[in-house]
Amino acid sequence: MLVVAFVSFSLFNFVGDPINNMVGEETSDEERAELRETLGLMDPIHVQFSRFIVNASKGEFGISYQLRRPVSELIVERLPATIELVVISALIALVTGTLLGVYTGINRKGFLSDFVLAISLLGVSLPTFVIGILFIYLFAVILGILPSFGRGEVVDLGFWTTGFLTVSGLKAIILPSVTLSLFQMTYIIRLVRAEMMEILQTDYIKFARARGIGENSIKYKHALKNGLIPVITIAGINIGTLIAFSIITETVFQWPGMGFLFIQAVQFVDIPIMSAYLVFIAFVFVMINFIVDILYYLIDPRIRVKGDVASG
Amino acid sequence: MSFLKINNLSVDYQMRKETVYAAKNVNIEVNKGEILGLVGESGSGKSTVGNAIINLIDEPGKVSSGSVILGDFNIHENSESIVKYRGNKIGLIFQDPQTSLNPILTVGEQLIETIQTHLKLSKEEAKNKSINLLKEVGIKDAETRFDNYPHQFSGGMRQRVVISLALCCEPELLIADEPTTALDVSIQSQILELIKKLTKERNLAVILITHDMGVIAETADRVAVMKSGNLVEIGETKKILTNPKENYTKSLVSSVPPTNKKISRFVIIEKENNNKKENNIKILNRWSKKEIIKQDLVKIKNLNKSFDDNFFTENSKNSVMAVNDVSFEIKEGESFGLVGESGSGKSTIAKMVVNLFKPTSGDIFFDNVCITKIKQRSELMKFRKQIQMIFQDPYSSLNGRLKVKDIIAEPITLHNPSISNIDLNNYIYDLLESVELTQKSAYRYPHEFSGGQRQRISIARALATQPRLLVCDEPTSALDVSIQAQILNLLKDLQEQLNLTILFISHDLPVVRQMCDRIGVLKDGKLCEVSNTEDLFLKPGHEYTRELLRLMPKIESIYN
Amino acid sequence: MSQVDNKSLSTWERIKDSDIYHSFVKSPTAIVSSTILFIIFFCSFFVELITPYNPFDPSSLSLMDAFTPPSWTEDGLAKFILGTDGQGRDMLSTILYGCRISLIVGFSAIIFSLILGVGLGLTAGFFGGKYEMIVMRLTDVQLTVPSILMALLVDGIARGLISREMHDEMAIYVLIFAIGISEWPQFARVSRAATLVEKNKDYVSASTIIGVSNIIIMFKHILPNILRPVLVIGTIGLALAILAESTLSFLGVGVPPTTPSLGTLIRLGNDFLFSGEWWITFFPAIFLVILAFSINLLGDWMRDTLNPKLKK
Repeated sequence: MLVVAFVSFSLFNFVGDPINNMVGEETSDEERAELRETLGLMDPIHVQFSRFIVNASKGEFGISYQLRRPVSELIVERLPATIELVVISALIALVTGTLLGVYTGINRKGFLSDFVLAISLLGVSLPTFVIGILFIYLFAVILGILPSFGRGEVVDLGFWTTGFLTVSGLKAIILPSVTLSLFQMTYIIRLVRAEMMEILQTDYIKFARARGIGENSIKYKHALKNGLIPVITIAGINIGTLIAFSIITETVFQWPGMGFLFIQAVQFVDIPIMSAYLVFIAFVFVMINFIVDILYYLIDPRIRVKGDVASG
Repeated sequence: MSFLKINNLSVDYQMRKETVYAAKNVNIEVNKGEILGLVGESGSGKSTVGNAIINLIDEPGKVSSGSVILGDFNIHENSESIVKYRGNKIGLIFQDPQTSLNPILTVGEQLIETIQTHLKLSKEEAKNKSINLLKEVGIKDAETRFDNYPHQFSGGMRQRVVISLALCCEPELLIADEPTTALDVSIQSQILELIKKLTKERNLAVILITHDMGVIAETADRVAVMKSGNLVEIGETKKILTNPKENYTKSLVSSVPPTNKKISRFVIIEKENNNKKENNIKILNRWSKKEIIKQDLVKIKNLNKSFDDNFFTENSKNSVMAVNDVSFEIKEGESFGLVGESGSGKSTIAKMVVNLFKPTSGDIFFDNVCITKIKQRSELMKFRKQIQMIFQDPYSSLNGRLKVKDIIAEPITLHNPSISNIDLNNYIYDLLESVELTQKSAYRYPHEFSGGQRQRISIARALATQPRLLVCDEPTSALDVSIQAQILNLLKDLQEQLNLTILFISHDLPVVRQMCDRIGVLKDGKLCEVSNTEDLFLKPGHEYTRELLRLMPKIESIYN
Repeated sequence: MSQVDNKSLSTWERIKDSDIYHSFVKSPTAIVSSTILFIIFFCSFFVELITPYNPFDPSSLSLMDAFTPPSWTEDGLAKFILGTDGQGRDMLSTILYGCRISLIVGFSAIIFSLILGVGLGLTAGFFGGKYEMIVMRLTDVQLTVPSILMALLVDGIARGLISREMHDEMAIYVLIFAIGISEWPQFARVSRAATLVEKNKDYVSASTIIGVSNIIIMFKHILPNILRPVLVIGTIGLALAILAESTLSFLGVGVPPTTPSLGTLIRLGNDFLFSGEWWITFFPAIFLVILAFSINLLGDWMRDTLNPKLKK
């Protein structure tokens, strides 16, 4: 975590000259120096870094060069939109992806499996923004049944703004979340399928067959339980990737989330926003990894229960 | 009337180019209370027959004809009927206990599930039955072990669990597919005893599939010999082993290293090159033959090797002493054998002798120079040239991306960069001939060769630098007995003609007896005793050696 | 004895006899997808010879031709098969030129990350120890950061480092670097894992005992043996790289509109989606999907054919 904080700090603080980006060409050198002083850019590096850490831990990332507003304020404003989008997409991707993956892994041959696989391969080849555009064209432009941008009406709960409580908010989230989840879903299908196929070829499955255990128990108890273990890791990575890809989806659908904010920041080299976003992402990833480790511990007896014998 | 009748069973695999018959018109009968040994070399179809009985053939293979009659029922009548017999009337044991059990279910869960699939018992009754079973197969603390996961059992214990799973619904037929191949001798004999005991107590019909003639001699009442999918011969074990009718059986029996005497060469009944002495003359001309001075070529002094925590398992805190204060000498021109079970440290010693591992402490002297302390690369190269090694697994010891020619050329050009192309080619041809391979082999890739041929290529590569010491790490344990006999003969001949010194590492006592002049016995990294081969077999000094000799499966036991 | 006639089989005969060749001939998907790829590659690299228009030559453009729909529609013109865009550029020619940019970026990026990843993975697996730990930690960290985010960050930094005038010129190199740097951990992981397996094989020990030096063992013995899985990853990675390029260009941080890639074209066309000129964005999108889909199909087939575990 600290490493990421340092990286984000050092990369962005030494990259380019923020002053150049903040002010116009015609600003005089004196004015620039003054601005530099107020932003604390003249202090020695370690002072700047420790200030960065202290501020970051309080959630302060300075003032956006471009929007001239505190970054923390901007983030808090945008956070709920992104989280709602990512959570819904993750649910869609994980549940559908795992189900279809298990199904195609167990029924290797068959029309439905082939169909799902062809679609999933197509899904991996379809970039998120193309899906988004196609959806917009189909559902918003041609059919006109779903909105093509924004969050719809949101309800302000004080600390949180949600689109779940209004019809237009719910309608608005359908296209972006499905768009966002499709790529990940197809990815999960393929991973889970490969995992299931490998497990179904192991000796213990063969031995279970030899003992006369029913096919259903073999597939849905013996194989599935083993097959789901790696899904935890996939789920972890999945959420991380979804957050990253939300940048694209948010851009396509003009969804007022953090990704949209970030992409604007990149275009204008708005360093405080970029570094804040990086720290936020790093924090999320560390949390995800932590949760994944705990889940592994709970689910896999090989980690939970130490063997009495060290080796074979 | 036999209990199990296999009539005209055929299994075939549809391959890209042709249909391969894994089993063809096999007829076997097994009675209750008897153990039928099903023996054959790799690819003989013995496992296929075992799996075909309960219709567990992997795709794309399928049972193409024949019937299997168990008691009064044809269990191959349709594909659904066979499922009812699996586990219920027929139990199956696989080779590798490490992979046979589901890692995330406890032993108890797997037992109860199996029992409840076939018998109408409540969970409580099934649990009691399971615990009794675990006790019966010799697992202590069965009540607590019941809730353990498979990874908490050692290899031998796991195989006992597998047996209890195979027997939990009181089957009348047990098929054991190489049940002890993955286990050490001492555990092997325990498992075999257990199977024998259960056969008697439960009046089971047992099919014991194995490649090991010693195991057959000690456990089977009758034996069926298979070769490339065909049943060669079937009859009483004693008759087959002492007075085989078919040529194949004869050669198979004669290839087995006898445990009770030393023979000079293995009798190989099928084709063998007789002109090999001449073949070796060519390579002899190139060989700067060393005079044999009766001196110690290798001296090993107080050798220790421990592996760090994270080398083997990340969990164990204490480091493993793989080799613990081992000292011995190898005389020039002799064959020195190192025997021990898995984990005894024998391979580790071999790897230290060839300088693949550095010892933790202690020294290895070669020709009176301490080779473990050499720092300079050029110095080390001198010894690299003189010490070569042959490995256990012929499939991983050759780089599949290189032609045989390039594999053998590598050591030659490395130690003699100025060699001309013609010389190089001739040398490679001579080396190939000396291991009884044709010149054409030089232009092929390793995957075009069989295991035995690959091992010959390995030997040719090792001979290319004209070494004085040849370290053989289980050179034949991955090979079939008939091939083993050929390779062992080849090694013996080469040693004789080239005055090689051999360090021979093996777990197989009969093989060591045939190959070695002196033997060291290792246990848990410690050297138990070193003595002349015949002394060791006739009057073993150490308790552990006696134990090993007693437990080793002996093909001769059939005479008693 | 003559040496030449000892040669058992020529290289071509060996290829013809190999399982890969047979599997290729038998698999319609492999044949179709590689044919499509060949056509696309050929057309994009010899685009000057094939298309009658150079969309980047202002003198050949006429605003009169702008927004011509595809030739089969009512207002279409036969000389613009897929219609024209807002500046009167022929869509088909523009797409092929764009495709060339996409392919160049994709290939360069994947080759860059392949060399970097395999180099690090191979040495890490071979030498082990602290070096391996550091490399693997680095890959772990980077694997959790989704590639698109990584590429965005690199691009953001580059924007800060390079002046705005320079940026358009450098954009393509920045893009290659950004995508390449985000894809290497895949290669590093796969090649390290494969190296670990190969390193413990006896042929490596045999070479060591003969006295072959580590460098030669690594490149002569181990490298050829780990290339199969690397190539599979590389093929799928190529599709990912092309998609990443178009995604970045779509977001406006990729190649500049003066030398548009497929992603840029889609972005430019996106503005016209609502006004009915669907073809401007639709055809580049379809083209991109066909390209990625074909590569993925080929990669999928390669994986199934080269995977010894599932080969039965």
